[in-house]
Amino acid sequence: METVLQHPLFIPILMTLIIIGVFPLLAGYLVLVERKVLADFQVRLGPMRVGPHGFLQPIADALKLFLKEDILPSEADRAIFWMAPVISTFTALSAFAVIPFAPSLYVADVNVGLLVISATSAVGILGIILGGWASNSHYPLLGGLRSAAQLVSYEVALSLALISGVMMAGTLSMVGIVEAQRSRGVWFAFDNFGLMLVPFTVYVISAIAETNRAPFDLPEAESELVAGFHTEYSGFRWALYFLAEYANIFVVSSVAITLFWGGWLRPFPNVGFLEVPLNYVFPALLMLGSGAGSFLLLKNLKSSTQKAVLAAIAVVLITTGLLFLIPAVNQALIGLFWFFLKVAVMVYALIWFRGTFPRFRYDQLMNIGWKYMIPIGMGAILVNAVVGIALANPKF
Amino acid sequence: MLETAFFYLFALLTLGGGVLMITRRSAVHSAIWLIVSLMGVAGLYLLQQAEFLFAVQIILYVGGIMVLFLFVIMLVNLDQAAKERQFVKPWWVALAVLLAIGGEFAYILRTNTGAFRFAVPVEQPPPAGGNTEILADVLFSQYLLPFEIASLLLLVAVVGSVIMARKRA
Repeated sequence: METVLQHPLFIPILMTLIIIGVFPLLAGYLVLVERKVLADFQVRLGPMRVGPHGFLQPIADALKLFLKEDILPSEADRAIFWMAPVISTFTALSAFAVIPFAPSLYVADVNVGLLVISATSAVGILGIILGGWASNSHYPLLGGLRSAAQLVSYEVALSLALISGVMMAGTLSMVGIVEAQRSRGVWFAFDNFGLMLVPFTVYVISAIAETNRAPFDLPEAESELVAGFHTEYSGFRWALYFLAEYANIFVVSSVAITLFWGGWLRPFPNVGFLEVPLNYVFPALLMLGSGAGSFLLLKNLKSSTQKAVLAAIAVVLITTGLLFLIPAVNQALIGLFWFFLKVAVMVYALIWFRGTFPRFRYDQLMNIGWKYMIPIGMGAILVNAVVGIALANPKF
Repeated sequence: MLETAFFYLFALLTLGGGVLMITRRSAVHSAIWLIVSLMGVAGLYLLQQAEFLFAVQIILYVGGIMVLFLFVIMLVNLDQAAKERQFVKPWWVALAVLLAIGGEFAYILRTNTGAFRFAVPVEQPPPAGGNTEILADVLFSQYLLPFEIASLLLLVAVVGSVIMARKRA
């Protein structure tokens, strides 16, 4: 047993299994959160029937998708039609391999980690356009063409935004980037007198376009293209596309957090006296508060099974909050806590954009990409390079 | 051992992808096999500890160039072209060229037998500082002029394509 635990491949294999096993569930709950938040923006309730406040809705959805008929269009190119969603899901999940969730919780620390993520997202484009082509139908083909043009355009702006961050870190390794922020004592988003917020903005806008989300969701614009490239997909294959989409959302949020917002670091990572309030009191208060809030919701529920489920959730939240007060557990989990908290804020912001902005027209999309994002990204590189060098050499 | 296995796997992907690319009827299938072949090359780079080249190979060739290839192929209706046998008509020319080049190779290999040797694996310590950093250092110091000339060439191509697109519109 000891030799198994000490083996250098133990953590990577364990992390791989956890990611593959847990992410589909997480994606289901991301969908639920998105539906609930959008419902809140539109003054609706959202899913309410399955479980307390729709808490078990993702499981019902997943079951439905498993059991649905798998339709293969008769004129479709069978092999490619089968492969396309697999390509999307495979590339989206393999990007997780280089994301550091906590100081030692990652599958691999590659010295070109950021480029590996770019590469996986570049291959992921193929899943979308091949799926659109293989369906042998007009709307999917148009959706596939649109997304090919859109993704290739915004990939440039995305890379330019990443370069600014890499320049500050001096390394492409994801762990190295976080360590560089720790040694500088500031998250990169606030470095260079706040100038790094410019590439961060460019990154977020391009990332939304790169993940095909509103307001840049032209490849799947319902009012024009039915459902875009996945119009002909149903059942489990469609679910694979959906899984890939949410995995991509999670990946771009994680990259933004790692590169600009300090990854697993707490706010003010080098200020010693903030350790207790931020690493112990804050997570405990957050979890206990949510648990207490869930208990308060109990009295509004009528069905006794729903009450039981909600009570169980509340107990889990309170136990987690109490666990964070134990120093040994806290040491192990606090990195994970900050990482996921920041990713959650980022994902919430992406949902917020979706709920707020109307969809852009196709020419507006291309204008924003080529005439604004790319020049701003290039300018950000120049300015941040000069300011960064000036800050590093005080004699200038 | 594992590296040898991976080498043969990537070599198979590269060569098999290449062969299938030129034998497939459908242009989209050809493009997909070309992608497989390019990925095999990327894997070979990775085995040579050239991580930067590996990533750039995938980002540029698969993510950039091949996506544009597919974009064009999907726009053009190639069903008609796929049915015709136009690509293989002058097969006797191909055969003649193949025989000529094959004979040439055979002649050179026979006359210079001693010049060809199998590479001996060299025990080299992994370079310190990382692949990307070394590449950048070399590009911006030792090979600065060729690098800048290549950049200029690319700039000319970009400006030229913009001007050509302008004229049509």
